[in-house]
Amino acid sequence: MEFLSLISTWMIPGIILITLIYAIMKKTLAYESFVIGGKEGIQIAVSIIPYLVGMMVAIGIFRASGLMDAFINLVAPLFQQLGIPKEVVPIALIRPISGNAALGMTNDLLKIYGPDSLIGMMASTVHASSDTTFYVLTVYFGAIGMKKMGNTIKIALFGDLVGIIAAILLVIFFWNK
Amino acid sequence: MVNYFWIFMCVSGIIYAFFNGTVDQVNIAIFESAKESVSICIGLISVLVFWLGIMKVAEDSGLLEKISKIFFPLIHVIFPEVPKKHPALGYILSNMIANMFGLGNAATPLGIKAMEELNDLNKGSDSPSRSMTTFIALNTAGLTILPTTVIVIRMNNHAQNPTEIIGFVFIATVISTILTLILDRYLHNINAKKMRR
Repeated sequence: MEFLSLISTWMIPGIILITLIYAIMKKTLAYESFVIGGKEGIQIAVSIIPYLVGMMVAIGIFRASGLMDAFINLVAPLFQQLGIPKEVVPIALIRPISGNAALGMTNDLLKIYGPDSLIGMMASTVHASSDTTFYVLTVYFGAIGMKKMGNTIKIALFGDLVGIIAAILLVIFFWNK
Repeated sequence: MVNYFWIFMCVSGIIYAFFNGTVDQVNIAIFESAKESVSICIGLISVLVFWLGIMKVAEDSGLLEKISKIFFPLIHVIFPEVPKKHPALGYILSNMIANMFGLGNAATPLGIKAMEELNDLNKGSDSPSRSMTTFIALNTAGLTILPTTVIVIRMNNHAQNPTEIIGFVFIATVISTILTLILDRYLHNINAKKMRR
C-alpha cells in the first residue's frame, strides 16, 4: 500500500518529467507547444458552461423539491430485497446524479458507523466503484457541442449499477472483520 | 432522450414542490446550482489549460504516438474504428490511466480532448459515434486501482486501514468494465443489424 501511495504522489511530476525530457531529446519547442495546447483549454471550459448550468439546475430543482427523496423512498425497498442495507441505498441512487451529495452521505455513514464497520466498508466501496455519470456525460458531450446521446446514457447507467452491485456482493462475501 | 429527461426533472420537480411546500428551497436551488456549475467550469480552466498544454508537448514531440503504438493492439480491440496513429488513441489511453490512479483533475481534460478527437472522426454527425459511446462507457464503469477520494475520507474518519477497499473496488470495477463493454458491443450489433435491413 505504501507503494501505491508513492505512485500516486509521483504520477503527475513523473509524467511532466518524462514528457519534457522526451521533448528535449526530440528537439521540440516545448514551451511553444504548451502555450498553443493550453489556449484551447480556455475555450473548451467556457463552451461547457451552458450545458453544465442547464443540467445542474435541473438536478438542483429535482433535489430541492423533495422529489428525489420521494423517489429514493419508493425504490429503496426493491434494492433492500437484493440484500443491500437501507443505509447504503441512497448513496447508490444519488451517486450518478450528484457527486457532492453522494460524498456527503458516504462521509456521514463513515462518521456514524465507523469506516471499519460493514456499512462503512460498503459505503466506501459503493462510492468508489460508481461514477458521477451525468456530470461526465454533460461535460464530455458539452465540450464537443453534441446534443444527442443515443444509447450512451443507458450503457453508462448500466455500468454504475453493475459496479454498485459487484461492490456490495464482494464486501458481503469476502470481507471479514 | 436528454431533452425529455431534462424537461422531466425541471417540470416534475416544480410541480412536486408546489404540493410539497418546497417552492422556497427550489428557488434557492436554481440559483445556487447555476452558480456552482459556473464555478466548476472556471475551476476546469486551470486543469484544462495545464493538461492540454502538457499533452500538446507530448503530441508534438511524438511521445503520445509512441505510447499509443505500444498499446495499440489492446485499444484496437475496444475501439476498432479508430485508425492507427490517430491522436485520439493517445488521449483515450492517458485518460484511462488518470482514471485508474484517481487523478480526477487530469482525467477530465484528457477525456474532453479524447472526445474532441473522436468527434473529428465522426465527420459532423449529430449523434455520438460508436467509439464515443464506448469511451463514455469505459469512463463511467471506471476501472480504478487507486480510489483516492474515498481513501481520503476514510482517513479523515480514522479508519484502521483506509486502503482496505482497494482490492474490492478494483475487482468490482473490473467486473463493471467488462460487462459494460459487452453491453455496448451487444447494443451496437443490434443497431448494425437494424441498419442493414
